[in-house]
Amino acid sequence: MTLVEFWFMLIAVVWTGFFVLEGFDFGVGMLHGLIGAGEAGRRTVINTIGPLWDGNEVWLIVAGAAMFAAFPGWYATMFSGFYLALVLLLAALMARGISFEYRGKSPSPRWRGTFSAMMAGGSLVAPLLIGVALGDLLNGLPVNASQEFTGSFWTLLQPYGLYTGVTLVAICALHGATFAALKTTGDISDRAARAAVATAPVTALVVLGFAIWTHVIAGKGFFLNPVEISAVLAAAAAAWLVHDRREGWAFTATTIAMALTVLSIFTELYPHVMISSTSPAFSLTIHNTASGSYSLTVMSVVVAIFLPVVLVYTGWTYYVFRRRLSAHDFQA
Amino acid sequence: MTLDLARWQFAWTSVNHFFFVPVTIGLAFLTALLQTSWYRHKRPEQLRLTRFFGTLLVINVAVGVVTGLVQEFEFGMNWSAYSRLVGDIFGAPLAMEGLIAFFLESTFLGLWIFGWDKLSRRVHLLTIWAVAVGTVASAAFIMAANSWMQHPVGYRISRSTGRPQLNDIWAVLTNPVFLWGYAHVLLASLVTGSAVMLAVSAWQLRRGGQREVFGHSLRLSLIVLVPAIILAMFVGSELGVIEATYQPMKIAAAEAQWTTCQPCSFSLLQIGGGNNDHTPTQILSIPHLLSLLATNSWNGKVTGLDPLQAQYAARYGPGYYVPNVFIQYWSMRIMAYAAGLVFLLGLWGLWLMWRKRAESARWFLFAATWAVILPFCMNTAGWLLTESGRQPWIVQGLQLTKHAVSPSVSFTSLVISLVIFVLLYLGLATVDLLLMLRFSRRELAPAPAGDGEHATVPSMLY
Repeated sequence: MTLVEFWFMLIAVVWTGFFVLEGFDFGVGMLHGLIGAGEAGRRTVINTIGPLWDGNEVWLIVAGAAMFAAFPGWYATMFSGFYLALVLLLAALMARGISFEYRGKSPSPRWRGTFSAMMAGGSLVAPLLIGVALGDLLNGLPVNASQEFTGSFWTLLQPYGLYTGVTLVAICALHGATFAALKTTGDISDRAARAAVATAPVTALVVLGFAIWTHVIAGKGFFLNPVEISAVLAAAAAAWLVHDRREGWAFTATTIAMALTVLSIFTELYPHVMISSTSPAFSLTIHNTASGSYSLTVMSVVVAIFLPVVLVYTGWTYYVFRRRLSAHDFQA
Repeated sequence: MTLDLARWQFAWTSVNHFFFVPVTIGLAFLTALLQTSWYRHKRPEQLRLTRFFGTLLVINVAVGVVTGLVQEFEFGMNWSAYSRLVGDIFGAPLAMEGLIAFFLESTFLGLWIFGWDKLSRRVHLLTIWAVAVGTVASAAFIMAANSWMQHPVGYRISRSTGRPQLNDIWAVLTNPVFLWGYAHVLLASLVTGSAVMLAVSAWQLRRGGQREVFGHSLRLSLIVLVPAIILAMFVGSELGVIEATYQPMKIAAAEAQWTTCQPCSFSLLQIGGGNNDHTPTQILSIPHLLSLLATNSWNGKVTGLDPLQAQYAARYGPGYYVPNVFIQYWSMRIMAYAAGLVFLLGLWGLWLMWRKRAESARWFLFAATWAVILPFCMNTAGWLLTESGRQPWIVQGLQLTKHAVSPSVSFTSLVISLVIFVLLYLGLATVDLLLMLRFSRRELAPAPAGDGEHATVPSMLY
């Protein structure tokens, strides 16, 4: 494996890590009003991700920064091309980010209602927009010979891109509901489990559609590849497991479904990083956008040392906060 | 036009971001100090203060994080030609920042906020120190990246692509502009954090807040503030000498020095001297001071803007290479004067502390409350000085700012995004200020009894 290939793989892994971890935060954010039912319940649900969401969001920052460092051409074309979509994404992420922190800082119902709405809205819009962006990479966008995007905001709203966004939102919702069921007790856990049961079959069908569409768009052979097949199987397994209320296994299944769905975009994309619909010759690849080998080597060393450290303390954090929360912890 | 809009947007988002960053760096360190003193002496007021100022830290971090996300995306969104050209070098410290610093900071902040009842006293203390280390590390990487724009080192121009490529990471990490600039930023952050703690303690003491408790934080903040501001001024003047070597335009413009001088005086106040007025009227000036500041020698020579312009035009081709002199001149002075006032206030406080009267000196407490504005003026002016002084370059000598904007982003898109960011940040700043004020003015929570010292802090939970 060359350095350039290694960095493409790493970026795919970081995006996957982002969706696996922040995915349930998005889901919990979207559904906290529904699952919570009542102020104490809502606070319980939000506090399940309290210690975790900020660290999870760093995966997005690292994904962006790794693209910048390893594939400056990809970062430059994608981020300038997706301009207004990213402005909206940033607004959504800001809205939900401060909502977590500020919602509980005043007892006023109006204050809390406002931040709850921002949290739910931001958590829904963010994965939708990132999904549109990732889908568009594979679907193809007008990109010219000097690697510049030549479309407008409306060009970004391709059916496949939008469907990718919807798929990710659906998996986030299921993933979040499963997580909330696993991390709470009593009524709240029951409601979360019911939300998961309600969303799971739909999500499984959406993922099936996504796997087929992704494979067709990429146009590589007739049969789905193992990543896509496994994504569908994991989503189906999740539907079955939430129905039987096997919370730990259900969460494992939604984790795998999420990971493989995101990975299937990247496996179909390789060795391209952004398809040009103007001409196949103009498509961005890992080779025509990459940094020099010295830079990639330096960063590989940094990753080899620090990624394991990050994984260890992240894992430890999840272990520290393994206990389920219950509503009576948050009675005013 | 798109260039101006992109520059305004970057200025707006980064100036706002840097209101929150130094508070976070400073307060994380001070909170860690408070908690350490509680860990060692177990006096209840130390715990109460840790929780009180920790809540302020947490409120502030939220905005720092979300505005930082914007910065990370903006390079690609608005400055794609720049990102394409220098991502090979500039991207590396950003990626390292995420992996090494942001993960540490965010993960351990979560552990600290929610871990009071789950971690042992010792481990919980370590988590706040990990947060403090994370904030300091993140500043290191972003300053290394920024310093590379001021004084690019450790690269060669690739023969195949014509772009600069990293060939010596060590040179980037030991860039003299970085080493001095980083020290300067850290010290300014300590000044800002301790000024916030000082102002809050002073306000509380004026309103009859508990004297023995807020007296403690007042003294702690003064003990950090005074050495920090002295060192910040010293390091800042060294940084000036280094910048005068690599970016002579920046320093000449900061003094509106159009002609070469030797020795050079520093004007305290002048009228005129902008880019169209090469003969400003100096009202008050101190002989030899500019020579000292720019060259570290009594009779040092400072090359004027006009001869520098001629040199640059000969070297880089026709063009206008003088930064905005008005901004340079006044940001330099606002920074220096604000720092001077903070220094005087600190000395006043130390003197009162020595006389054991600081907690009840009404005039001092009043001044200390309002002085919280000064470090923010100082920080903003400092960044304007360094960033506007780099113009018209985005990377000194390598790329002009006008060649760095995204070719694919339209005027309309820029207007829409600028409006969104202005409104969003105004909203954020208002909510943040509101909460900071509310929680700064709250009565101190009572000391938790017995096992209560391991209880979670209600004001920190979501």
